[in-house]
Amino acid sequence: MSEGAPAGGARREPSPYMNPYLAGVGIGLVLLAAFAIMGRGLGASGAFSSAAAAGMQSVAPERAASLEPYAAYLGDGRRGPLSDWLVLELLGVTIGGALSAWGAGRLRRGIEKGPRVSDRARLMYAFGGGTIMGVGAKLARGCTSGQALTGGALLSVGSWLFIAAAFAAAYAASPLFRREWT
Amino acid sequence: MNAPLYEVGLFGDTAALLFALGLGVAFGWFLERGGMGNANKLAGQFYFTDLAVFKVMFSAIVTTLLGLYWLSWLGWIELPLVFLPPTYVVPQLLGGVVFGVGFVMGGLCPGTSCVSASTGKTDGFMVVGGMLFGVFAFNELFPLLEGVYRATPMGPVTIPEVIGAPFGVVVFAVVAIAIAGFVGAEKLETYMRARSRGGAG
Repeated sequence: MSEGAPAGGARREPSPYMNPYLAGVGIGLVLLAAFAIMGRGLGASGAFSSAAAAGMQSVAPERAASLEPYAAYLGDGRRGPLSDWLVLELLGVTIGGALSAWGAGRLRRGIEKGPRVSDRARLMYAFGGGTIMGVGAKLARGCTSGQALTGGALLSVGSWLFIAAAFAAAYAASPLFRREWT
Repeated sequence: MNAPLYEVGLFGDTAALLFALGLGVAFGWFLERGGMGNANKLAGQFYFTDLAVFKVMFSAIVTTLLGLYWLSWLGWIELPLVFLPPTYVVPQLLGGVVFGVGFVMGGLCPGTSCVSASTGKTDGFMVVGGMLFGVFAFNELFPLLEGVYRATPMGPVTIPEVIGAPFGVVVFAVVAIAIAGFVGAEKLETYMRARSRGGAG
């Protein structure tokens, strides 16, 4: 569990997590609402693509316009990243997560890791894992949110291939990272 | 009632962005409540010590799937108006493999890394930073990767279409498999807890 100091205020024991099936039903209803209201599902990696595109446009606009994976996220060039649906949705995710943690007494600084690994090594694994996931999510056109949850619930063929490949690879690679977690 | 409401023109883009924020808040809230902002808990999935990732993910998929099935059966939602991501067999298998390795290494996925970061966890921030770096790397290498990225397109297709079974039958099969998976997950967790109490560690 977290070993960090409290973020501030009175310290109390964090509440236990919600029953995972209930949390899953909650997420499922949110996703269903997204389909019914918007006609589209939830996502996460798309917002990273928008952020990367906006960043590249601010430093090298010509390169951003000429390379498709940037250009596809720039729209007509008049709208900033805050008018992008997925960016606002992911901003909401960070707010909702923080509100939930605050309400449950879990809003505190720390590093989540196994007992045998140093903070420094864990942070390097975290950055490396994020980098690899960034490449994988771009190649697959989505991540656990946009492919696994959203595409999975629509019974998309490619999404279920992604789910199967991602879980199989994570289990296959898990011995390499045993020291990090156990 | 006729859904999707946005697709039938019930409201405009500004309202859509407010819905984005609201749906995101609810999504993030349930992710955090379910423990999905905790890398240790997520990684437990891959060492069979905590199967919450599977339970949360598949109870969410089953809930949405049944909801879509019933709403479309009642004629309240027009499924053809819901955006279906297109299938590209090779890049989605390959991307899944790459993503899975990054998932067990980082312990968080892109969405949950944002929850982890916003609840104060430094490792969550590092996964977020890594994600951005990885997206930049992919984009910069795009001319090399474009061939794989565009390989084997099938368009937006669903499992019922490909195997030629009715939608309802596939929904029933996915629900049945998920429930069998939940029963198996509970048994496996009980077994692993007993084994760790037995002093194997």
